[in-house]
Amino acid sequence: MSSPVIGISFGNTSSSIAYINPKNDVDVIANPDGERSIPSVLSYVGEDEYHGGQAVQQLVRNPKNTIINFRDFIGLPFSECDATKCANSAPIIDIDGKAGFAITRGEGVEEKITVDEVVSRHLNRLKLAAEDYIGTKISQAVLTIPTNFTGEQKSALIASAAKVGLKIVQFVNEPSAALLAHLEAFPNEKDANYVVADFGGVRSDAAVIAVRNGVFTILATAHNTALGGDNLDDALIEYFAKDFQKKTQSNPRKNARSMAKLRVNSITTKKTLSNATSGTISIDSLADGFDYHTSINRMRFELTANKVFGQFSAFIELVISKANLDLLDIDAVLLTGGVAFTPKLSSNLEFLFPESVEILSAQNKNSSSNPNELSSSGAALQARLISAYDDDELAEALQPVVVNTQHTSKPIGFADSEGNFHPVLLAESSFPVQKKVTLKSAQGNLLLSIYEGEHKIVEKTIESEAKEADDEDSEEYSDDEPEVVREKIYSLGAKLMDLGIKDVKGGLEIAFNLNKDGKLRVTARDLKSTNVVKGEL
Amino acid sequence: MFTLPSLTVEAGAHVASGAKLSAPIRRPVEPVGKAFMHHAQRTLRNHTWSEFEKLEAERNVKNVEENNVDPDELLFDTDLADPSLLTHDPRDWKTADLYAAMGLSKLRYRANDTQVIKAHRKQVLKYHPDKTSAEGGSLDQDGIFKIIQKAFETLTDSTKRAQYDSCDFQADVLPPKKSGDYDFYEAWGPVFVSEARFSKKSPVPTLGDAKSSKKEVEEFYAFWHRFDSWRSFEFLDEDVPDDSSNRDHKRYIEKKNTAARNKKKTADNARLVKLVERAMNEDPRIKMFKEEEKKEKARKKWEREAGARAEAEVKAKAEADAKAKAEEEAKNAADAKASKKKSKEAAKAAKKKNKRAIRNAAKEADYFGDIDKAAAIDEQIALIVDSLDDDQLVEVADKIKTDAKTALQTIAKTLTDSNKLPASVLSYFL
Repeated sequence: MSSPVIGISFGNTSSSIAYINPKNDVDVIANPDGERSIPSVLSYVGEDEYHGGQAVQQLVRNPKNTIINFRDFIGLPFSECDATKCANSAPIIDIDGKAGFAITRGEGVEEKITVDEVVSRHLNRLKLAAEDYIGTKISQAVLTIPTNFTGEQKSALIASAAKVGLKIVQFVNEPSAALLAHLEAFPNEKDANYVVADFGGVRSDAAVIAVRNGVFTILATAHNTALGGDNLDDALIEYFAKDFQKKTQSNPRKNARSMAKLRVNSITTKKTLSNATSGTISIDSLADGFDYHTSINRMRFELTANKVFGQFSAFIELVISKANLDLLDIDAVLLTGGVAFTPKLSSNLEFLFPESVEILSAQNKNSSSNPNELSSSGAALQARLISAYDDDELAEALQPVVVNTQHTSKPIGFADSEGNFHPVLLAESSFPVQKKVTLKSAQGNLLLSIYEGEHKIVEKTIESEAKEADDEDSEEYSDDEPEVVREKIYSLGAKLMDLGIKDVKGGLEIAFNLNKDGKLRVTARDLKSTNVVKGEL
Repeated sequence: MFTLPSLTVEAGAHVASGAKLSAPIRRPVEPVGKAFMHHAQRTLRNHTWSEFEKLEAERNVKNVEENNVDPDELLFDTDLADPSLLTHDPRDWKTADLYAAMGLSKLRYRANDTQVIKAHRKQVLKYHPDKTSAEGGSLDQDGIFKIIQKAFETLTDSTKRAQYDSCDFQADVLPPKKSGDYDFYEAWGPVFVSEARFSKKSPVPTLGDAKSSKKEVEEFYAFWHRFDSWRSFEFLDEDVPDDSSNRDHKRYIEKKNTAARNKKKTADNARLVKLVERAMNEDPRIKMFKEEEKKEKARKKWEREAGARAEAEVKAKAEADAKAKAEEEAKNAADAKASKKKSKEAAKAAKKKNKRAIRNAAKEADYFGDIDKAAAIDEQIALIVDSLDDDQLVEVADKIKTDAKTALQTIAKTLTDSNKLPASVLSYFL
């Protein structure tokens, strides 16, 4: 077997690598420190370079030589880079119009490294970790990127990867990769609309993805570079800082080192609170020689960060409205990224969405318990898939002619005896497509009327309140939701054709086939007598 | 479950007039996942749905078949390679073909440990007495199973396996018959491959082909000339009686075994030496290299002697030149001599002629009217002619033609003046 193609999820805050092991399962690769989610941090102490978790610890002691949050800067002109992201670490500087970092190495020698170089070094560390783990040389990778990465950013990534001998075979959008990994682990044959929300450390991305026959179509995307897990950390830090000040009369905010200490420990506490209902924080000599020790329960944390959680929910609503869809059109919300571990996020979403919508977070049994590994797993799955094809075939498949596909704008289906519409081909199905419906009990002379469907949202007010709202959890939503039940209803639209079928003996199979040019063909086949009626439009 | 409405129109398809699908929207799909690759193939190849499904189904069937077959299994025997094993006495297991019993007759010494284990499992499933008796065989007919167990025991122990492989003559590839007409590489390649299994050193160089370089060929034969074999012949030992009743006999057998082993080993070494020698003699490459060497030598010699040869050539040329020159000179000289003689003779003839002309001049001029003095004139003319030198002779002969008497008188005067003749003897002309 030639060397495997690995999947890399390269995030601002953390990265992960995955490959398909010989048993044909996805394996997320841990670095030599045992981290499966490897912080995207590089730190320089003396002559040494630290990477991952070791580098994170340097944020307290050696922040000026520790580079964080550099992913988004790649391929961007310096003017478009957000310098505040690096306020607590190695400052971003201008190197020939591009972003870079000035760090001190060895005996006070200042070294200026461009962000391209930083990315190269980071990818090299990931590559080495993978080689260590797998035991063979790695030369190819599938890399995930946010949906809003530009062509320049992609080519800068390709160049940075090529510098360390890594060929990027394909870029995969993060939400698609995550959804791919989710559907691999929890297959769902049905067509569905997913919201994939990736709440990372410093940015949030969301996409509405329609899955039709396994083909993904991104309907809308939203990005927020000011929202992320760091906002939760900030809220927690602020809470602890206030508490500390009250207890000791000493203000830790004045001292960057104290703040760095507090941040590292708050993050740990936050992670603990995702798994346990209470957590402790204890820091020796936080400020002015005072130690800090306290415990916090999950409820307190959720209240503290309630505003941020509200922003997360609003962000998801935003992307759905961008796709011109209603909450009812969504079948599931897939949460990825570090924040997806936080139980409050999914419980908030459960309130926001109707019950039919599944919230796929770390707590859901129908979902991966490691949402931060979804995207690298998806990349690895894609890597396995494309390693079966040669370069030409892949290039051919990625042509715009193939990728840009016609999608139905309205659902197509048939009417039953009550005049209700049954969609078969949903809206946003990419052509060519074929779907079959089997009516097992159909008998006699039947009329099959093919319609385009319309759908609308109907609001019904019901008298009694079924749900008992939990005071603390749902105070924002409890006002308007319980009284109104909203429903998605299909109605018959334009009639396309009638198929008359005589003497159906037992069961009818109806195949809807929409070819590349948008020609609809409906075939009704009697399962017993193999009598066939065809209609073409 | 819903039902369809009953038929209100005629059977068959009725497309609603003017019915049209809403305008489609063009969007990029995400190029990920198996479904996308299928979508791409459908779009690129213009397959209809049913064509595509057929192709996919075929491919899946193939995949399943390929994935389910262990590549090792293909190398095992499907049936017992040697049916006589079924009736072979298990006590004589040493004479049975253990590889055939294990279903490894194709692999033999090439079978690795996993293959041995897999093959054993397969054979056991087939020949276990429980199974054979269930199929109607007697429980006593388990000879083959015992042989399989012995074979497994032998082939999984590296020492025992080495001993068995040493005596696995079935794996030997015999060299081609001397008289036969064969391709050297085809015939000898497998011989050396099979002999190579006894090498203590690895890798063992292969025979190569007609294109192998001289170095490769030389290394090949050098390796085989110094071949270090681990082959041993313990397996063929006579069984040493394990009872202690007769120690002498036991020692005798042991001694005999050692001697036999050594003898066989020596014979085997000698056989190999002979084999390599024969291959080397037959090797067309060696012949070719020798010939090339010869040619090269000749060419070198030719080159080395180029100086001397050039010198000799120059010398020969110079000699030839000198000879030619000498010849030419000699010829010229001869020519000159001949022409000199000729001219001398001509001059002599001319002189004679002139003399005669002068002598006869008087006679022809009727002695100038003095016929009576003819004798004196002739005598005096004879004197003049005799005293004339060559130039004067020519001059006089020339002058005579016009006026003989004046000419004679002038010359007579000249002669007397130069005191060549006394005037007295030329009285007539003075």
